[in-house]
Amino acid sequence: MIGRILPRPLLSLTVLLLWVVISSSVTPGLLLLGSVLAVAVPLLTRSFWPNPPRLVRPWQALRFLGIFAADIVTANWRVARQVIGPLQRLSPAFIEVPLDLRDPFVATLLASVVSLTPGTVAIDLDQQRWILLVHALDAPDPQALARAIKKRYERPLREIFAC
Amino acid sequence: MNAATEGLLAGLIILGALFVLLGSIGLARLPDFLTRLHGPTKATTLGVGALLLASAIFFSTRESTGISLHELAILLFLFITAPVTAHLLAKAALHRQSSTEQRTRMRRETNKKS
Repeated sequence: MIGRILPRPLLSLTVLLLWVVISSSVTPGLLLLGSVLAVAVPLLTRSFWPNPPRLVRPWQALRFLGIFAADIVTANWRVARQVIGPLQRLSPAFIEVPLDLRDPFVATLLASVVSLTPGTVAIDLDQQRWILLVHALDAPDPQALARAIKKRYERPLREIFAC
Repeated sequence: MNAATEGLLAGLIILGALFVLLGSIGLARLPDFLTRLHGPTKATTLGVGALLLASAIFFSTRESTGISLHELAILLFLFITAPVTAHLLAKAALHRQSSTEQRTRMRRETNKKS
């Protein structure tokens, strides 16, 4: 019964929290409207999520977010120095990262994480061979960067969603 | 609002503005389309992040209003949409075969041939 009304409780919770954050005041009326949205949005968008992955380890997800935030800061410093430094020293490269995960949603998450981290942009995902094509601003050793992406982002994501 | 908060806010605003500026410099200086794409993604993550954090702290520490969390929502939406735009731009560039710097190692091409 509860699974029929709330097929994705985590998404419902996110919608409700976002609603509270955006309206930035908590009155019974607003909460009621937010609850209606929290039930309606997952039901209406259900067809877009054919096989939603299960968040197996939420605490590890939080830890991953922390690592990700720290990476954004450090990578920003590095890229900032490269941008104002001599451009001849840069060696941009296309990098193919062979993936072990096979879940479209988690692959999207991984690509987004790679794109948000400065210095690398995810360009394409080959769904036949499961290879993520990444463009790097400065990668003297493309293989090392591919290994770093796999170790730093793909492995934790696979553990978090158990896929 | 005391002096320490004001200092923190000023620092965050300057940091944010600095990274947005660096992103724009990257956009102007870098040689080809795909490397230029790296400038704006950097500006959105740390630059806008720091500015939004400053805004959240400023409006939260004023006496008249309560805790301001709008900025968190903005940050979340930015972090969801920024990679999508970057991805679409990069894909469009690949389709149009925009001229890439000679130095960019085209591992993709070599793999295709093999």
